[in-house]
Amino acid sequence: MGVDAAIIAGKALFLMLAFVLQVMALGVWFERKVSAVIQDRIGANRASIFGVAAMGIVNTLVADPIKFLLKEDVTPANVDHLLHAMAPVLSLVPALLAFAVIPFGDVLQVGDRVINLQPASLNVGLLYVLAMASLSVYGVVLAGWASNNRWSLLGGIRGSAQMISYEIAMGLALIGTVVVYNTLDLQEMARAQGHLLWGWLPAWGILYQPVAFVIFMTAGVAESKRIPFDLPESESELVAGYFTEYSGAKHLMFMMSDFVEVVLVSALVTVLFFGGWQVPWLFRDGFHLPGAAFVAVPSLLVTILQLTAFGLKLIFFTWLQIVIRWTLPRFRYDQLMRLGWQGLLPLALANVVVTALVVLLLERAA
Amino acid sequence: MNPVAFLVLAALTIAAALTVVLHRNPVHSALGLVSTLFLLSVQFVGLDAEMVAVLQIIVYAGAVVVLFLFVIMLLNLQIEVRRTGGPVLVGVAGSAAVALAALIVRSVAGRPATGAVEVPAGFGSATALGERLFTAYLVPFELTSLLLLVAVIGAVVLAKKKA
Repeated sequence: MGVDAAIIAGKALFLMLAFVLQVMALGVWFERKVSAVIQDRIGANRASIFGVAAMGIVNTLVADPIKFLLKEDVTPANVDHLLHAMAPVLSLVPALLAFAVIPFGDVLQVGDRVINLQPASLNVGLLYVLAMASLSVYGVVLAGWASNNRWSLLGGIRGSAQMISYEIAMGLALIGTVVVYNTLDLQEMARAQGHLLWGWLPAWGILYQPVAFVIFMTAGVAESKRIPFDLPESESELVAGYFTEYSGAKHLMFMMSDFVEVVLVSALVTVLFFGGWQVPWLFRDGFHLPGAAFVAVPSLLVTILQLTAFGLKLIFFTWLQIVIRWTLPRFRYDQLMRLGWQGLLPLALANVVVTALVVLLLERAA
Repeated sequence: MNPVAFLVLAALTIAAALTVVLHRNPVHSALGLVSTLFLLSVQFVGLDAEMVAVLQIIVYAGAVVVLFLFVIMLLNLQIEVRRTGGPVLVGVAGSAAVALAALIVRSVAGRPATGAVEVPAGFGSATALGERLFTAYLVPFELTSLLLLVAVIGAVVLAKKKA
């Protein structure tokens, strides 16, 4: 009992410290430097330690957080103090909790013990992620309402309507993947992508569900409230939207939950559509390359390669979302609603029907 | 489920439910409702009904109460200062509440206490729930869907109406 509990806690800690927080930090750095490259600027490069600026890393990941933490925490007059203080927490915690069911590797063999590299193996794993994602809307709504500020209120109202709208398309897109994999457990979904098609092509989810991928990625960016879907904060009309009245560490928590959601979307896209921790042609005993070539790899090295692959995929999709952010202009509100309800929703429904039909016909044929 | 955990959860759930009714501020009441629903879903997890627990959060905590909050914020409801209802109404409502509580206590107290029940493997999973819904409870399930469809159509008709 004690050992099992310690292993679960260890897995959760490892996922947080080795993947989520690292990729999130990288995301913050990308945000500053990638945007600078796109806009033909140099970007953050001022702060340095003993003359080492490390391409802006010192500035974005050392100096900025210290600045945020040491700033005065200004709470305006006449706010609802309890809710104003709770909102940043309610925004960050569900996003972090959602990682509890994300698999970051296959299994780790330690002596006789085979450890499943997923913090919690729930048979309703995917729905659990959606449940946590649906709770993160409270942070936005309450921040908007508790701040006693019209801009914040408008941001909060926009945020709640937007997040509820895109959650539907997101959930429907995921039903297609559930039909294909025939499970809700994310670890089993990742394992189901381990075989090869025609002996050479890794059977990743993107091949089966390309439409679901596009819908999910779009809805995912909308859920993390980033450009082109950043209507809840849109700085050119609402100052900073729902977190206008936040400063210091509370503001940092809102920013952090944005980036954690970006990493969460990356993790889900990786697990559902890009094989999760799978390395192409790598099986538990070694590489089975196309053309019957075989390279044996020790079990521990296989696990390490899988962890690395998962990390690299996370970094890639985080980078992709940041490039999207700095490439596209912001939607108008009616365009946002039209895309969600008249574009993504019918497309996701059609995807569910077509997927279910094809799966049914294939089962009949077999 | 551990009896201590159950008692703590039950006390918290009742406290949250009382917040919904007693708090003067509509936003705090709505938050009390979210807490109640969330704590209920924790109870479901304790009863091995994971699927119901997750659906409870997605549908009620994640969507329905968000819409409540949305409406409260749009209408900009203020903290209630006016007491509604005179002493007669309070008396009637109070005695009705006491009577209902007595009824519940009576119906539960009459039953013999059962020990822990072993649940079969896969109990509470999506498969188990789906199988029950589409076999034993097919008619009520479809009727509920129909009811929701009628509500959706009604909402569209109301929204389309031009004055």
